[in-house]
Amino acid sequence: MTPEEHIAQALRALPAPPVGWVEAAKELPVARRELETILQRIERDERFREAAIADLEAMLRAEGVEPTPVVVAHLRRRLAT
Amino acid sequence: MDAATDAELVARCRAGDETAWHAVVDRYARYVYAIATRVYRLGPEDAEDVFQEVFARVFERLDTLRDDEALRPWIAQTTRNCAVDTLRRAGRETVVDSVPEDIDEGLERLDEALTVHAALDTLSPDCHEILDRFFCRDESYRTISAELDLPSGTIASRIARCLTRLRDVLAPGRNQPPPPSGEKVGERR
Repeated sequence: MTPEEHIAQALRALPAPPVGWVEAAKELPVARRELETILQRIERDERFREAAIADLEAMLRAEGVEPTPVVVAHLRRRLAT
Repeated sequence: MDAATDAELVARCRAGDETAWHAVVDRYARYVYAIATRVYRLGPEDAEDVFQEVFARVFERLDTLRDDEALRPWIAQTTRNCAVDTLRRAGRETVVDSVPEDIDEGLERLDEALTVHAALDTLSPDCHEILDRFFCRDESYRTISAELDLPSGTIASRIARCLTRLRDVLAPGRNQPPPPSGEKVGERR
């Protein structure tokens, strides 16, 4: 294999992930801030907390946050502590 | 692409610089994706969960990174852990346990590929684009010709020329001296 073929193989080894995945990962700082706001409200507001425990995904949607698996897992971890 | 070192990006992320976080994601998105889909052969749904979980963990735990220059191995290990967790949850732990040498070999290849991609970022925008389109996005000569408004007969020779430039970046001194500071390799004049 020539050096150029070797380089070509290396370039092919790292395809681009879907653009939406990358954008979602970039939005993590903003998403985390939104989640912190929700968590603070959960701590203060008993009824909001009950709604979150009853149906976390629905509560997130109502708050305008997409309940992705990562977001839901993060909130569940925080709610358990 | 941000030319800062990993350690510089990590320090800026810790200081709340969101553009530094974007640069970290841009730099390692392909790497994480390739580990999930090529080394652990996860399907699209599992791969997406792993991809997002890896970046969520990295973002949350940047403060725990002891050596800021060790971002790449840390991301690799985090991706491995997430992929293995996913396979275990799906009851496919035998896949994980039976071929560790294949996984190490696959990761070594991806480490090397990441180095080549970093070198690609030092080329001129023209060279970067044509190599990215042909090798990474798997676009045909016809598509590249239409998108870049180039005669299709020149695509192959341009790819070959840019590959040679990339080879020279990866092995400086082979045929020509490295470009003067600040000049992109293969830059059009």
